[in-house]
Amino acid sequence: MTVSMSTSLGNLQLRGPVLTASGCAAAGKELDQFFDITEIGGIVTKSIMLEPRSGRPTPRMAETPSGMLNSIGLQGPGVDSFVANDLAWLEQRGATTIVSIAGNNTEEFSRVAARVRDHSAVKGIEVNISCPNVSNRGLVFACQPESAADVVAAVRRTVPSSMPVIAKLSPDVTDIVAIAHAVRDAGADGVSLINTVLGMVLDPQTLRPKLGGKTGGLSGPAIRPIAIRCVYQIRAAMPDFPILGMGGIRSGLDALEFIAAGANAVSIGTAIFGDPSAPMRITRELEEELQKRGFSSVKEACGIAHRVER
Amino acid sequence: MAVQVKATLLSNRRVGSYHHLVLSGAGFASGVRPGHFAAIAVGGDNTPMVLRRAFSIHRATEMTAKGSVVELVVSAHGPGTQWLVAQPVGAILDVVAPLGRPFALPRDPVNCLLVAGGYGSAPMAYLAEELIARGCQVDMIFGASTESKLFDTLECKRLARYFEITTDDGSIGTKGRVSDVMPEMMKRAETAVVYACGPMPMLQAVAKVSAQLGAISQTAVEESMACGIGVCMTCVLPVIGDDGVTRMVRSCVDGPVFRGDRVRWDAVGTVPSDAYGAPQSGGH
Ligand SMILES: Cc1cc2nc3c(=O)[nH]c(=O)nc-3n(C[C@H](O)[C@H](O)[C@H](O)COP(=O)(O)OP(=O)(O)OC[C@H]3O[C@@H](n4cnc5c(N)ncnc54)[C@H](O)[C@@H]3O)c2cc1C
Ligand SMILES: Cc1cc2nc3c(=O)[nH]c(=O)nc-3n(C[C@H](O)[C@H](O)[C@H](O)COP(=O)(O)O)c2cc1C
Ligand code: FES
Repeated sequence: MTVSMSTSLGNLQLRGPVLTASGCAAAGKELDQFFDITEIGGIVTKSIMLEPRSGRPTPRMAETPSGMLNSIGLQGPGVDSFVANDLAWLEQRGATTIVSIAGNNTEEFSRVAARVRDHSAVKGIEVNISCPNVSNRGLVFACQPESAADVVAAVRRTVPSSMPVIAKLSPDVTDIVAIAHAVRDAGADGVSLINTVLGMVLDPQTLRPKLGGKTGGLSGPAIRPIAIRCVYQIRAAMPDFPILGMGGIRSGLDALEFIAAGANAVSIGTAIFGDPSAPMRITRELEEELQKRGFSSVKEACGIAHRVER
Repeated sequence: MAVQVKATLLSNRRVGSYHHLVLSGAGFASGVRPGHFAAIAVGGDNTPMVLRRAFSIHRATEMTAKGSVVELVVSAHGPGTQWLVAQPVGAILDVVAPLGRPFALPRDPVNCLLVAGGYGSAPMAYLAEELIARGCQVDMIFGASTESKLFDTLECKRLARYFEITTDDGSIGTKGRVSDVMPEMMKRAETAVVYACGPMPMLQAVAKVSAQLGAISQTAVEESMACGIGVCMTCVLPVIGDDGVTRMVRSCVDGPVFRGDRVRWDAVGTVPSDAYGAPQSGGH
């Protein structure tokens, strides 16, 4: 019996349920050395901003138990260069592309969205309102329902209604369900869960913060239970709202856990650093896990954790 | 192009303070040039160490029957490298190679000085052979904190015309730093190009002395890397481009080898305010 691996995020049809996570695959080109990037569900590109941006000082990463902290600070070439180089390459390569966008304010989000909305390579927009690597925590739009909704509404107004808009949320909030409701009401077609968790490590020698940016975002298997909880809570509260799940997935079984908790598709981030073929490997492993358990499709397993015991 | 392979550990031998590892695998030696590096997964399945470790390629040999061979020199520094040097012969390791941009070789036969600090000598014999094959004259200076932290001195002594050693503790060679003996050597050897691999402060000193004496320097930097393949933006440092603009560039794909006069050594660890895309007042 073969397992049907296709899935969808709202009206975005995906050939497979495994995508890359923003900031962990650049724009796909480097990973294409290790596997055929058109064979996975899709590439979610590094969050792009209006202007070129140099990011935060180094060191920008610290390995932590089963995870890592990063303080990249959204380094990128700016949206014009991104469209001319990265989107052009992705289009020619034929990869399913979801563009992650970021901005310093609502207007910037709209302007970036306007630059990418008509590009034929772009199949969806992920709105990164949750990057922890900004100097002002007040800029983490996803920490307040109002600011989260403002940004999403502005992007929604800017792009055609047929273009899926997915809001990426932060776990660093008291009530993530309230944020999810707010972005849905503002016109989001789904949510990405979760961005990194704000953290810090000290250098054992100097006893000072190890990262140049002092704080950083924690990712990897260490945050998986937090991510699963977020997916589960939102699926429980919003039974039909599309969810792209991520946070510490490194095997097919991990991916199945997200799907069972309610994710329609998953993104692979930090695992790529340890294994550049991870998205392809995890797709295969997930298929085996589904088959082993007698599921005929990804969709059949989606949200099964919420079913009442027979 | 890099490949990801399951390699077999053919030999693991202690050499002074280091371990010399010989790995055999399919295709990972093809296209290797001096200055390329390999990234190895450490800790085994489900390890808490989620990131690969980077090592300069000491030597690479393409073979037919047994696949190809890549050799590394590993200093047991923290948990990941300690795990690696404890692997028995026959262990299977997940290796990505070759990575990065190698040393640029001169078109004309010129006098080259190779300067290494500690395990930074790993790629030097291989580099020397390539330079000699192009008709270059090769001289070398190896430095380390102490004698046991020198690697490959016998082989390199054989390849070099002039060969000098410095140690911080004076246990062998001249007591002091490589940059202390560089000016003398460069004048005697009429050095045109300096190749360097070692700790960042050493590279900075080497770049400075080279510039003062009118030589081009090629420095292989060592920045913390999360992915090693160019997708994460952790490994950046400020480098001046051909257009005179400083950018935060990725040392794993745009380096690890950079021209020494292009690296903003004093600004490593910061984002200089004149860098491309640097935060403006009140920004980011
Ligand atoms: C291009 C390049 C070439 C290198 N060549 C060699 C070599 O030939 N021989 C050798 O022994 N070592 C080499 N290193 C350094 C080696 O990668 C580190 O010593 C090693 O990663 C430390 O891992 P650990 O688990 O033992 O230490 P930990 O300190 O526990 O490592 C924790 C994390 O920090 C990173 N890290 C720590 N120290 C360094 C460092 N000095 N450079 C880069 N990342 C670091 C690790 O990758 C890991 O993610 C090289 C590094 C780079 C970037
Ligand atoms: C180095 C690094 C850079 C990241 N950059 C971005 C980014 O630009 N935009 C974004 O929305 N998320 C970014 N993330 C967060 C990931 O997309 C993902 O949400 C998070 O890391 C959890 O998944 P993981 O544990 O599989 O990595 C980044 C994560 C890492 C580790
Ligand atoms: S280490 Fe990831 S981009 Fe260089």
